[in-house]
Amino acid sequence: MNSDPLWSIFLNAALVNNFVLAYFLGICPFLGVSGKLTTATRMGLAVTFVMVIASAAAYLIHGLLVWLNVEFLQLISYIVVIAGTVQLVEMFIRKASPALFRALGIFLPLITTNCAILGLALFQTNRGYGLLQCLVFALGAGAGFTLALVLMAGLREKLELVTVPQLAKGTAVSLMLAGILSLTFMGFAGIAV
Amino acid sequence: MAHKPINIPVVTAEPVDTDVFIKGLWRQNPIFVQVLGMCPTLAVTNSAINALTMGLATLFVLVMSCGLVSLLRRVIPHHGRIAGFVLIVATFVTIADYAIQAVSLEVHKALGAFVSLIVVNCIILGRIEAFAAKNDLKPAVLDALGMGLGFAAALLVLGGVRELLGSGSIFGARLFGESFAPWVVMLLPSGGFLVLGVLVLGVAWLKTGQAEESK
Repeated sequence: MNSDPLWSIFLNAALVNNFVLAYFLGICPFLGVSGKLTTATRMGLAVTFVMVIASAAAYLIHGLLVWLNVEFLQLISYIVVIAGTVQLVEMFIRKASPALFRALGIFLPLITTNCAILGLALFQTNRGYGLLQCLVFALGAGAGFTLALVLMAGLREKLELVTVPQLAKGTAVSLMLAGILSLTFMGFAGIAV
Repeated sequence: MAHKPINIPVVTAEPVDTDVFIKGLWRQNPIFVQVLGMCPTLAVTNSAINALTMGLATLFVLVMSCGLVSLLRRVIPHHGRIAGFVLIVATFVTIADYAIQAVSLEVHKALGAFVSLIVVNCIILGRIEAFAAKNDLKPAVLDALGMGLGFAAALLVLGGVRELLGSGSIFGARLFGESFAPWVVMLLPSGGFLVLGVLVLGVAWLKTGQAEESK
């Protein structure tokens, strides 16, 4: 059992070891959905939501697998659980808030292939977090993901207004921007938590 | 960018085997041109050996799952196909994970959760969905081989550059003398983004040069 305090887990996941900028998880939506500030915010919130639920589900599944002594099925069962969770969340949101459902649109089902979610489930298992720690970890990771996405979207909206060489437009300049953003986040590494 | 539809022309007529194989290496290189599978690309390329292991593991999973999907493509129901593909991929990833653990515990530790994360690598599902699920075994495997080799080569270049700049060595062998001051940023996450950005830019530049020559 891991004994890290909750605040340290949260800060660690959100800032110091930011999921996107330090662990490179969820780069695809980070580069793909960060064109506009509004979509970036919604995507971040949807991912956070799925993360919290998937984290609790993965915790329970891991307990079950250990109890049955079939831990080699970990990966397969996690990916199935995540796909199922995303489907469930989708149905729930459609019933509970049709407005939010329309706002999220296609981003919701695509969260299944977001490696930040599977990464979160694997990390929390490797580190041996308890249930409460898992939930805080998921919240922190989600907050970090949203933060990175929103920052990137803000930067890219500004980038629309400047002249960029034709060759560098799109991927290359986004990657370099992400590099600089990641460099600034390394400043948080000084906070030893 | 997994969320963009992948613009690969679907080969319907008799595909030319060599072209199916070659395109993944350069013209449609998964990393530099299609920009797919970014997470493992950036995360594990801080040294050449890690990059090579990751590239080979992905190649193995890609070829095996593309082959199996191609064989089973008439059996897998259309509506449940994504779930079926993911299960097949996850099985091979588990095999690769345990194999790496058996060969070198040290490399396995360095790669950490990223071997397991091959499951959600967009290249694999992308190739299965766009090619293997619609073609016979031979072209499917050739396509997977080409894409996998292209991916592994790109990873190796990235890992090589980062290790050379960041610790002055290749595969752990030191190339420079004592006076070499390592450029530590290159080993850190931000170095990954920067080196990849420069490489993508370089490949785009080379390609425009080629296009102008052929005109």
